[in-house]
Amino acid sequence: MLTNEIIQQKLTEKFGDALTDWQEPYGMLTFTAPKEMNLKVLQFLFDDTDLKFNFLTDLQAVHYPDNKGAELAVVYHLHNWVDNIRIRFKVFTDINQPDVYSATALYQSANFMERETYDFFGVNFVGHPNLIRILNVDEMDYFPLRKEFPLEDQTRIDKDDEMFGRG
Amino acid sequence: MSDHILLPEGSIEKQTTTLNLGPTHPATHGVFQNILELDGERIMKATSTVGYIHRAFEKIAERRPLYQITPLTDRLNYCSSPINNMGWHLTCEKLLNVSTPKRVDYLRVIIMELARISDHLICNSIVGVDSGAYSGFLYVMQFRELIYEIYEEVCGSRLTTNIGRIGGFERNFTNTAFEKLEKFLDEKTGYPAQLKEFENLFTRNRIFMDRTIGCGPISAERAMNYGFTGPNLRAAGVDYDVRVHSPYSSYQDFDFTIPVGTTGDCYDRFLVRNQEMWQSLSIINQAYKKVQEFKGAEADVFHADVPAYYLPEKKDVYTKMEALIYHFKIVMGETEMPVGEVYNSVEGANGELGYYLISDGGRTPYRLHFRRPCFIYYQAYPELIKDGMLSDAVITMSSLNLIAGELDA
Repeated sequence: MLTNEIIQQKLTEKFGDALTDWQEPYGMLTFTAPKEMNLKVLQFLFDDTDLKFNFLTDLQAVHYPDNKGAELAVVYHLHNWVDNIRIRFKVFTDINQPDVYSATALYQSANFMERETYDFFGVNFVGHPNLIRILNVDEMDYFPLRKEFPLEDQTRIDKDDEMFGRG
Repeated sequence: MSDHILLPEGSIEKQTTTLNLGPTHPATHGVFQNILELDGERIMKATSTVGYIHRAFEKIAERRPLYQITPLTDRLNYCSSPINNMGWHLTCEKLLNVSTPKRVDYLRVIIMELARISDHLICNSIVGVDSGAYSGFLYVMQFRELIYEIYEEVCGSRLTTNIGRIGGFERNFTNTAFEKLEKFLDEKTGYPAQLKEFENLFTRNRIFMDRTIGCGPISAERAMNYGFTGPNLRAAGVDYDVRVHSPYSSYQDFDFTIPVGTTGDCYDRFLVRNQEMWQSLSIINQAYKKVQEFKGAEADVFHADVPAYYLPEKKDVYTKMEALIYHFKIVMGETEMPVGEVYNSVEGANGELGYYLISDGGRTPYRLHFRRPCFIYYQAYPELIKDGMLSDAVITMSSLNLIAGELDA
């Protein structure tokens, strides 16, 4: 039976101290990897005969503006269907040079998910076959889910909303 | 496909045609654009464009307290909004460590399985419409109407339901709701009889079989690599179902099987969905029996006892101090939120519907991400329709059950 401890032990054996910040929020094993190693970790988790993490459930990013030098986190959720166990790992990247290796060679499903992440956060997935905007308009020149774009102040009064019944 | 006659290089007939299928083509049942390279009627290459109805839900959610996000989830897969709503409540409950009473779980299961049926019946009957058989669609539609009446009885609305609250339901199920449910479940006049008739029309219908067998197939391996989940994955032969793998809302109390196909083509997807409707009917019957077993005060339980998150009854707000305080705090979004990150998923009608919620302890989520099954498996569409006929592309699209709302978030 595969448990979080065994997974952590195996990963530590393979990668040593490179993987940090081990946590188990709500039971899901979570750790952080250096961004140059994301593909190595994914590949190891995929290939290892005990770990068998061969389904990429989800891939997206989070923006932490106060985390200087590592503002963007790309979060991978992986699932082992044989032992039915999930893990999550993150790679942090500088917002001024947001280059992260693309997982598309390993998972076809990463294609749209990485495009979406690029679209909203501007993470540049190196090696992606077609890294263009997906949900937003092509002409957009900013990345809307970053925290520097606040939503409109709901209490603003300088707008004429009469036509929309709020005048 | 391999015996297709290739024309000599440079001949005028060699030229391919570019065709825009969509964004608003009636056969696509939604806003999808596919730019097709056609050689005659054969598809050489397809390029999909998505995002026409993107509504920035993830951004909007960053300013809303938890209970105001429920109406956003309605609008993902709008054919089965209750599943989205319940998935969201379950995610919040996981974050807030709220456990729900058994009766609430069973009522939720009834609503979720009804939603699954209403989603699958639309998908399967639309496959029928796209292959030239309109009558099946009209037959099953009256039962979707009945399902919507049940929703209406429970929450007051039909399509975008906003059903349930964190901790349970907004009110107890009325007798009318249960009467309508019984009418729906009736073996002779209810949905089982109708579904049987629907299957009689299609399952062994020569024309339908010829149109769908071998159309848009995918292997189990490719499907997994493309991130397929739900009926589309099961049609390819992988028995992954969130209800069984990580049971939520007491699904472990029910006895049901996961139907699987073999080839992952349109016909298998159709069969898997039909079988799932039978399984859902069986689950609803079991759940309804369990709900009836609650007697006395237990039969009135419809929410967990979590005053900090569950809106109190209006008459208590006017007469009781604590109720007034909680009412104010919940409505103003001032409830305590623990710091943490949680991923929770439910088996949506299209597959694994996941919610990734990061809370920094503020009144709104720091980040919320929806794992939309449609968005992820739509990537395989160009591969599925390549080398097929144009008319097969239309059937493949409807049998994948693409819902634009879920795709574009």
